[in-house]
Amino acid sequence: MNKIVKKEFFSENVVRLVIEAPRIAKARKAGHFVIIKCGETGERIPLTIAAADKDKGTIDLVIQRVGVTSRKITELEEGDYITDLVGPLGQATHVEKVGTVLACGGGVGVAPLLPIVEAMKMAGNRVVTILAARSKDLIILEDQMRQFSDELIIMTDDGSYGQKGLVTDGMESVIKNEKVDLSVVIGPAVMMKYASMVTKKYDIPTMASLNTIMVDGTGMCGACRVTVGGKVKFVCVDGPEFDAHQVDFDEMLLRLSGYKDIEKEAENKYISNKCKSR
Amino acid sequence: MSVNPDYLKEEREQEWRVVLRSQKKNKERTDLVRVHMTEVDPKIRVQSNIEVNQGLSEDDAVNEAQRCLDCPNPTCITGCPVEINIPKFIKNIERREFLEAAKVLKQTSTLPAVCGRVCPQEKQCEAQCFYTLKLKKEPVAIGYLERFAADYEQKSGKMAVPEVAPAKGIKIAIIGSGPAGLTFAGEMCKRGYDVWVFEALHEIGGVLKYGIPEFRLPNSIVDVEIDILKKMGVHFETNFVVGKTATIDDLKDEGFKGFFVGSGAGLPRFMNIPGENYIGILSSNEYLTRINLMDAANPNTDTPIISGKNVAVIGGGNTAMDSVRTAKRLGAERAMIIYRRSIEEMPARVEEIKHAQEEGIEFINLANPLEYYADEKGRVKQMKVQRMELGEPDSSGRRRPVPVEGSEYLIDVDTVVVSVGVSPNPLIPSSLPDLKMTRWQTIEVDDDKLQSSIPYIFAGGDIVRGGATVILAMGDGRKAAASMDNYIQNISK
Ligand SMILES: Cc1cc2nc3c(=O)[nH]c(=O)nc-3n(C[C@H](O)[C@H](O)[C@H](O)COP(=O)(O)OP(=O)(O)OC[C@H]3O[C@@H](n4cnc5c(N)ncnc54)[C@H](O)[C@@H]3O)c2cc1C
Ligand code: FES
Repeated sequence: MNKIVKKEFFSENVVRLVIEAPRIAKARKAGHFVIIKCGETGERIPLTIAAADKDKGTIDLVIQRVGVTSRKITELEEGDYITDLVGPLGQATHVEKVGTVLACGGGVGVAPLLPIVEAMKMAGNRVVTILAARSKDLIILEDQMRQFSDELIIMTDDGSYGQKGLVTDGMESVIKNEKVDLSVVIGPAVMMKYASMVTKKYDIPTMASLNTIMVDGTGMCGACRVTVGGKVKFVCVDGPEFDAHQVDFDEMLLRLSGYKDIEKEAENKYISNKCKSR
Repeated sequence: MSVNPDYLKEEREQEWRVVLRSQKKNKERTDLVRVHMTEVDPKIRVQSNIEVNQGLSEDDAVNEAQRCLDCPNPTCITGCPVEINIPKFIKNIERREFLEAAKVLKQTSTLPAVCGRVCPQEKQCEAQCFYTLKLKKEPVAIGYLERFAADYEQKSGKMAVPEVAPAKGIKIAIIGSGPAGLTFAGEMCKRGYDVWVFEALHEIGGVLKYGIPEFRLPNSIVDVEIDILKKMGVHFETNFVVGKTATIDDLKDEGFKGFFVGSGAGLPRFMNIPGENYIGILSSNEYLTRINLMDAANPNTDTPIISGKNVAVIGGGNTAMDSVRTAKRLGAERAMIIYRRSIEEMPARVEEIKHAQEEGIEFINLANPLEYYADEKGRVKQMKVQRMELGEPDSSGRRRPVPVEGSEYLIDVDTVVVSVGVSPNPLIPSSLPDLKMTRWQTIEVDDDKLQSSIPYIFAGGDIVRGGATVILAMGDGRKAAASMDNYIQNISK
């Protein structure tokens, strides 16, 4: 059981939770994630550790409401407890000084990107960050990102904030202006697919952090498997970061859709039950 | 290590056993027929998770116990990996001292209620029974009797909490809470150590909880044993991945003096054939974990499950049987086993195969999947299998399956569960570069002491053996506890 010490809304659907987890706060590195489960009947879902405070013994999670479980978590209040929390899991990001790093985050991919941007900056890189979302109200963590970025570009599909256009448009313009040595892309699978096509074109090494379905998060079930460079890898233990140019994003997209119908149904049921009980 | 024959003889000459033997002639005993286990009707049991075997009544158990001849040379014991004093516990059942019988079991087996349900008795004790070896008759139902005595004790409310030696103030860490870890924990606790079990998942029990289904091993049976350990003073830390949440070195700095790795063989294998990553194809670990650990079939839980109408399970072991019978219970119209050898070569327990057949599981033997095909949404819809025939015996002594050219055909499927084996869990080894491993990626240990290349680390169960059995994991836990105790006493001299 881990206590929620702080809760903050970034937008209507995006919440930051600060959670007591001293051991995880101490052991975690950029790129690590946790698996959390809420309540006896809850499912296990992975969430990236967005930040941690070793001294206070807390970790930060940023959660966007997408399904039943993320909804339940965002409905918890300060002082409540998370039933089960385990981590830090996965391989830490490989951080070194390479020169210029182009960091691209789309949607909830922005939260997992934050610790990487921070680590890349600390390693002495020039960091150019692009945050992309459909519209202004979906842009999150802007101030935190700015703190660790030499340059911050905001892209919105509808032009309601920053520049109008897709993340790939922002990437193209950066790459045309300066030499980029490494790119990091995190976001919805479709976004990562197209973003990595851009960097492939310019031959820029690129990492993607994959958000597959997971159950145990310890390499035990294979629910998280993806094909990377023709080989099957388990995202929870071999990843979550991989060479984006080797990842079979089409297969990943397909696999992500596997439980979509069931999940949508479950979410609708959850919402209607809640409305009834009010 | 084998049981001292003098000790067995001495026990056998105890007055009560002499009297018991004289009460019935051997001929009368061998004329009795083997007891039948009461089983829930197949049509009814596939509708729920109810335990298939209902256990023996007291009278049935006593009658079956009478069949045992209390042999002067009890060969059955040699078939038991932990060498339970089998005649002694059976004769206690015959004289209706059921709690006494349970006590005999507990002397060498920590989890008799579990082993009585899941051990492959037909390959172990019962294969070495005098009835099997010499009389060519059905063996004494040792497994059923073991379960009877253990259940009797559980139900009696008189579960003995083993005595614990005075606290030594020495902290010991156990990694993994499967049968190996639990047994080791109990043994070390009895010796007065301060015992901490670290488990990666949110539940204690390892495969006993996340793998073996309720209809074969109810969770409540395992929980009773875990409760006893708690009462003895064992500490359990769930949601703790050793090597990630804290390393063995961190724990050493926190004062832990000895480590036992019982982290199991949790890494599922796939076949690496085309289409294996389509939607609806999953490992048996994922399938069983969703159902058993996450209770996904229960509409009140959040974990989803794909429950198909045409389910194919690839493999012939216990895990495959558990998966296919689970699929049946989730409403599959066709639940199939696809196995590349014949039924005789299946590694699953004979009873599970029998139960599966009664439940209407289709066995497609001598067939091997080659490729999967999906519909436009990426969900598997068909599989191509190839017929096999049996050739020369391979290194395992089983006849090698050889493909029959041109025999490929298609089977309609919407769910496929791949159950072709597991590899050792790599989490601990990958966090300890100095730990010596074998080429099968199991932890290398000294056969007698179960000590690894790092002296304060011992290991046992599936992480040492690859996918093996509950009883072997337990045996390892017991053996490792004795040798770690020795090791710690020596270094603290
Ligand atoms: C479906 C199924 C059916 C089976 N049926 C039978 C049967 O009928 N009869 C039989 O005898 N055997 C059967 N077996 C095999 C038997 O269950 C295993 O041999 C036995 O459980 C091995 O015990 P163990 O203690 O070594 O490991 P496990 O039971 O695998 O337990 C290992 C535990 O360690 C945890 N762990 C791993 N790494 C870490 C870490 N780094 N930190 C913390 N915790 C960690 C895991 O989460 C797990 O809970 C079956 C197996 C399966 C999967
Ligand atoms: S989530 Fe189960 S293996 Fe990765």
